[in-house]
This record gives sequence, C-alpha cells and structure tokens, in this order.
Amino acid sequence: MPDSVTGRRRRWIVLGIGNPDRGDDAAGRAVVRLLRGAPPDGVEIVEQDGEATALLAQLDGAAAAFVVDACASGAPAGAVQRFDVGRGPLPRAAFGLSTHGFGLAEAIELARALGQLPQKCVVYAIEGGRFEAGAPLSPPVAAAVVALAEQLRAEIGADARPGEEQHA
Amino acid sequence: MAVKTIKVDYLARVEGEGALKVVIRDGAVESAELRIFEPPRFFEAFLRGRDYSEAPDIVARICGICPVAYQMSAVQAIENALGVAVTGPLRDLRRLLYCGEWIESHTLHIYMLHAPDFLGYEGAIELARDHPEIVRRGLALKKAGNAIMSLVGGREIHPINVRVGGFYRTPRRRELQPLAEQLKWARDAALETVRWVAGFDFPERERDYEFVALRHESDYPIDEGRIASSCGLDIAPRQFEEYFEEAQVEHSTALHARRRGGGPYLVGPLARYSLNFDRLSPLAQAAAREAGLGPVCANPYRSIAVRAVEVVYACDEALRLIDAYEEPERPAVAAQPRAGVGHGATEAPRGLLYHRYRLEADGAIAEARIVPPTSQNQASIEEDLRRFIGGWLDLPDEALRHRCEQTVRNHDPCISCATHFLQLEIDHAR
Repeated sequence: MPDSVTGRRRRWIVLGIGNPDRGDDAAGRAVVRLLRGAPPDGVEIVEQDGEATALLAQLDGAAAAFVVDACASGAPAGAVQRFDVGRGPLPRAAFGLSTHGFGLAEAIELARALGQLPQKCVVYAIEGGRFEAGAPLSPPVAAAVVALAEQLRAEIGADARPGEEQHA
Repeated sequence: MAVKTIKVDYLARVEGEGALKVVIRDGAVESAELRIFEPPRFFEAFLRGRDYSEAPDIVARICGICPVAYQMSAVQAIENALGVAVTGPLRDLRRLLYCGEWIESHTLHIYMLHAPDFLGYEGAIELARDHPEIVRRGLALKKAGNAIMSLVGGREIHPINVRVGGFYRTPRRRELQPLAEQLKWARDAALETVRWVAGFDFPERERDYEFVALRHESDYPIDEGRIASSCGLDIAPRQFEEYFEEAQVEHSTALHARRRGGGPYLVGPLARYSLNFDRLSPLAQAAAREAGLGPVCANPYRSIAVRAVEVVYACDEALRLIDAYEEPERPAVAAQPRAGVGHGATEAPRGLLYHRYRLEADGAIAEARIVPPTSQNQASIEEDLRRFIGGWLDLPDEALRHRCEQTVRNHDPCISCATHFLQLEIDHAR
C-alpha cells in the first residue's frame, strides 16, 4: 500500500509554495531557497507549485510543518502574516490563487478532515504586489523574503530540536 | 412574463476559471452560456520561431493536469512532419506515461470534483469529514498515477523527460518493478472505485451525441489511432481540419468547435468508451458491466462511472506494458530537421487533442495549431444545459444552480490554468 496510507516516519518540513516564474508568487520558494543553503538540523526543505494533493502528501506524516506562500489579501506588498492553522482554517479568500481552484487552504482543511494535519502547522504569508509572468520579486517582497528566512530559522531553532519528542 | 437568470460567476470544482449563465423565460430554458478563457491560443504564438525540440517542454506548460497529453500530441505531430516513426518499447513507454496521467487526472475528478455532486457535499473537504477512508483511497490511487509520471516523465507535473523521437532517458526494467507493485494495489482500488460510483443516484438523461474519439486497430485509444465518430466518420489525424472547424462566439474567449456542415459533437470518456468498448481489457469490460454500463453510454451523468472504468483500464494497461517492457537500445529515434507539416491526435483525459505544426527547413516552428478537448465540448455542454435543465425548473434556486454546475462538471472541463476564485450568485429578473 502507498505510504500516504500507511504513514511515514515523523519529520519536520519547511515548505515553500509558488510559481517561480510569476513575480511575487515565487516568494515562498525564495524563502526556502535561502534556508536550503544551511538548513536547520534535520529539517526537510521542500518546494512545490501549490497543487493541493501534492501538498497534502507532504503534510502527511510530518510532526511539524512551516509553510511559506504568497498571498493577496489587500495588505501592502511585503507584509507578512503568520497563521497557526492548528487553531483554525486559513482565510480562503487570500489564498485563492491556486492553479486549479484547489490550493493551500483546501489542502490544509483536507489534511484536518483526514486527521493528517501536523501537530504543529504554521503558515507564513507574504503579501505579493505583482504576479506577471516572468517578473522578478518586487523590492518590498524581496526584502520580506530575507527577513522571513531569518525569522523562520530562529523560530525553528527556538523550538525543541527535530527528532526530540514534541507530541507527548 | 417571468425571466430567471442563473449566474455562476466562477464555477467551482472545474479546472480553471469559468462562468455560467442560464436564462429561463416563462418556464423554459431560453439560453445557456458557458464562458471560458482558453490559454492554448497564446501558446500557439509562443511556439512560433522556436526550435521543434523545445515544443514538448513548452506545451507541457499549457496544463498542470494533462501536460502529457499536450506533449504526446506535439511530439506525434512533429515526428509526422519529420518522417520519424516511434514504435516498440519507446511507444510503450509513452503509453505507460499517458496511463499515469489518466489515472491522476480521472481520479482527481472522480473523488475531488465530481463525487461530491452525487453525495450532497459542498466539496471534497466535507466528503472527507464523513468518509475519510474513501478520500484516502482516492488520494492513494492518484498517487499511483503520480508515481508513473515521476519515473517515466522525470517529475510529477510538467514532465521533463519527453523529447521528439522518444525520451532523454529510459528506465531500466528493475526500476519499473516497484511501480508494478503499487499499480496492483491501484488496480484493486480502481475496481472499488467503480463499485462505489456505480451506487450513485444518476439522473435519467440521455442525448443522441455525435461521439468523436480515436479508434486504433487493436488498442483502447490513448496515444494514437484514426479519428472516428458515431456517425460513421473514419479519418486520419491529418484530415481533422477538413472535417472540423472552430467558430467565434460572442460570450466566450474560447472558440466553439463543430463538424463542418454539421453541429456540435462530444469528445472525452463517453465518446471513447462508446466507440471503443471492444478495445477495453476483459477486466475493465467486466467492471463496466458490473457497474450497469452497456457498451454505449449516452448519459453524461454516468460519465463518472465511465471515468472509473477507464482508471481500471489504465492500471491494467500500465501493468501489461511494464510486464512486456524490454529496455530499448537507444532512448530516442534520431530526427533531422526538414521543412514540412505534421499532424498529431491523442486522447487527453478530457478527450481528443489535435496539434498541427508547420516546420521550416532548419527545424524552427513556423506555425502551430492546438485544438483542446474542452473547446470541442463547449457547444455540447451548453446543449446539455438547454436540454436537461428544463425538467428541473421547479427546484429551489440553490438546487437548480447545483444541477447546472453538475451538468457542466459531467464533462470535466479544463477551462484554464488561471487564477480561480469561488463566488456564486443568482439574479432574478421579472
């Protein structure tokens, strides 16, 4: 039987979501690429395009997941929001920019319904300013990417080390 | 005079962005319009001036759900222009890759997009809350399709291993064995899927469609064949444009396809199945019969069952191909650039996908034409709405709107790979 059914070893992941060729939509992937250079101990770094079932497969079996995505909530470009989705769902309107109407918000709710949501699951959303094909990150988003990578490194380091039991 | 307008500004549970408008006047359906955006038109322009070898990677970007279909129609058309024949294990590997896409795409539609319509759920999340084990089965089945895409195509979405003449790298026999184990599980899960959907309550609605699909001398049509129809058409892919045309309609950015001198026609699972039941494997035929399907199915609401039968077939066929696989001597047949025109037609999960390319002597693409299945089906989907919705006008607005959406979802339209928001609205005008 496939491992999504049987479950995998428990692990920590940082997941960057977005289209690398659509301006600020690449923000999530840019953050995890900065972490990839010197990843926090034992943490898996993953990039994805945001398709819900692939996201779900990544969340499955993870003890902790830090997800970074771009969003369009109406805030100024580069603004960063933090959502502890263990406590409640994401506001879907801000995360509706998936390719097939089935994106991060849906993946998280599907994981919750299936009992596969990691015990710790945090979503960081960077407000995008432009999403044109082929555009680079806008300056405020590029600055937010660097700051968030550092913040994330600190947050992961402040938590108990991966591999130590977190969910007694 | 009473006029009621049902508007769905953004259709949910379809691939991409689309809207729906149905006008009901004095108790009868006056008009039904499905509005869609169609990105492949831009791709035809992107392709111009590029080398033919770039086409598989460019067209893969047209759709995140059916990239293999676009790649396969493209390489077939370009090979046709270059006079290259891809046969034996290389053809089998392409068919195997395509089976992966069918499993992935059909399973997504069955479990996540369409089943909630029959079970009274808002969507897959609500379905998962009550029936987590069923949704887990769907996700695991889809994953078997992804596994084929990863191994043969190089990655799960937008495969990178396909080239004109074959592949960049072909797998070793031993690499395919773990896939076979996963596919045996998937084939059983697909059979359970057929039994599950066969128990749904289907509206008794049928239409006398002109079905159009590929027909192959021995195989269920996926990667090659002649173009056949239930009205007796039997043509080579190169004749497609002699028999079919596309016309502009005011309410949509997509072109409507029709038979020249005729009307709308239907491509997709119902057409494939009804023209090729005899080409299904014995296991898939038995599953269809067990589900109460005859050799022809003209009830679009039963398309979910036909899709489930095709998933059984795709698993069965993938296992057959893996079992028979012999490692090819070279990963690709050599091709030399030359001026010419080539045509390709394969069966995307949603139906016939036609490509034509005109190449310059140096291999540059001078012209590209892509006719995707959803644009071919758009007129038929609107006709379904006009014919079927009339029997449900007594339903409350919410239920009627749901029936309209379900009627669209029967055909799994892949409207675009664009931004998608969900917003529903009904207007009354009296």
